Amino acid sequence: MSEELFVPSEVGLKSRSIDISSYTKQLKPLFTVLYHWSFGIPLVLVFFAVWEALPRLGIINPLFLPPFSTTLKTLIDLTLSGELLSHSLVSLQRSAAGFSLALLIAVPFGFLMGHFVQFEKYTDLLVQSLRNVSLFALLPIFLLLLGLGESSKIAIIFYAASWQILMNTINGVKSVDPIYIKAARSMGVSDFELFTKVILPASIPSIVIGARLGANVSLMVVIAAEMIGAKSGLGFFIQNAEFNFLVPEMYAGVLTLAIVGLTVNYLLVWAEKKMTSWKRDVSSAIK
Amino acid sequence: MDIIVAKDVRKKFKLKHGQQVKNNGIVSNEIDALGGFDLNIKKGEFLVLVGPSGSGKSVFLDIVGGLSTPTSGVVYLDDKPVDAPSEKTGYVFQQYALFPWRTALSNIEFGLESRGVVKEERVKIARELLSLFGLSDFEDRYPYQLSGGMQQRVAIARALATKPEVLLMDEPFAALDAQTREILQNELIRIWEGTDTTVIFVTHSIDEAVFLADRVAVVTARPGKIKEIIEIDLPRPRHGDIRSCSAFAANRHKVWGALKAEVNKAQQDWKHAPVNSK
Repeated sequence: MSEELFVPSEVGLKSRSIDISSYTKQLKPLFTVLYHWSFGIPLVLVFFAVWEALPRLGIINPLFLPPFSTTLKTLIDLTLSGELLSHSLVSLQRSAAGFSLALLIAVPFGFLMGHFVQFEKYTDLLVQSLRNVSLFALLPIFLLLLGLGESSKIAIIFYAASWQILMNTINGVKSVDPIYIKAARSMGVSDFELFTKVILPASIPSIVIGARLGANVSLMVVIAAEMIGAKSGLGFFIQNAEFNFLVPEMYAGVLTLAIVGLTVNYLLVWAEKKMTSWKRDVSSAIK
Repeated sequence: MDIIVAKDVRKKFKLKHGQQVKNNGIVSNEIDALGGFDLNIKKGEFLVLVGPSGSGKSVFLDIVGGLSTPTSGVVYLDDKPVDAPSEKTGYVFQQYALFPWRTALSNIEFGLESRGVVKEERVKIARELLSLFGLSDFEDRYPYQLSGGMQQRVAIARALATKPEVLLMDEPFAALDAQTREILQNELIRIWEGTDTTVIFVTHSIDEAVFLADRVAVVTARPGKIKEIIEIDLPRPRHGDIRSCSAFAANRHKVWGALKAEVNKAQQDWKHAPVNSK
């Protein structure tokens, strides 16, 4: 069911008509991504072309911006040597650790704040105060308190990712349509059942959006954290390349960031659709 | 035997700070939704409440359903005062209120889950009800994949799943188109005539009231109380054709006669209601 909604009908029909359906079915999500990308790829190509042209025409000094082809070659070399992959994995691990911790703490806390007015009354001021402190101001504090090891990096990711998750969870709990609560109560559910069978599932879409934003934040923040006192990870790699004036390597690192970010984002969108398959696909209303 | 007895039920709602309303010329920050509502409902009867908008019909249903408590007065269900949702009542809402994260089948199972009915039994009951409403092929659909009429059929099935003695229906067909509405009225009456369930049904449609009801209770303009109860002397089982017979028109005329003055009064009340005191 969800897959039918997930794939634009054009693609779905084509895959059926060539009748290798069981095989193509597994590739459906891939087709969908390629289908969506086919519209965006021309502009990306233009971007790369401009990147190629500017240093070659001498408009920008190639020392500071090597042509795209040079960067791409460096990227391929670094990928083949496995260096980029290992740094990417380190960054992903750190993001995942901080993000998971954020989910584990912010979701239950968000439920408490959204559901219990009294709890919110006592906690809101502290939460709002902490939320509005710039992350960059806190980075040195985390380093001072937790040292240069893994824990300070994971802690800062946890801190950054928590807010989107927390706010969206609170919002999700608060915006549960009262008619669902009324309907459930009319069927005589207990408070516990009301929570697990109505408020929780009804807030899932909002929580999932918060989690997706939180995951994006994790990926951003891990780079900043790795630029301060790390010996591995993409953030370290990019900064290290910069310090040693390995300019193509630096750009290759940035390109890798874009690729990793894009991949993770698509995985999260896919997971979001899976988890909220009961929701009407908005795109079907817009078409 | 009376299954439901409402004695002098009153309900006031406090308005938000700064909001006001005029009750019989007196400015107040409270709304009298119900003002001395007395009603006896016989076991197994189909009672329809009609009345102008804002006359407290839905408030009365909420009180019978245990979802709201009266400011004063009591509603007895089987001689026991109602103070919480009872296992004996089922509720159908105008907005269907199906849980969008559950399939049609699973929505119908909901009420049975908290009563501790085992999975196989729940599925069996839910499937029977789906087939009763001709929705057997749609058990795995989510609400957004169903039409309004189908959604409301599932919602009625969900309310019937727990075999309620009293079924509360709050304008259940108001959001449906005219044709679907008639079809659902016919289905409801067919299903109800095979049970001994008591139904309290709120509607704004006099045709609907006359077609379905054993008795139509006309509610006054706010504060709501029973103005008149009209026995509908149409034979059962009823079919759609009955709408065009002269006895139907006569009953319709009687109900409208009782209702007209109240609707006009409610209109006047709105006209005179102060929008803002400042």
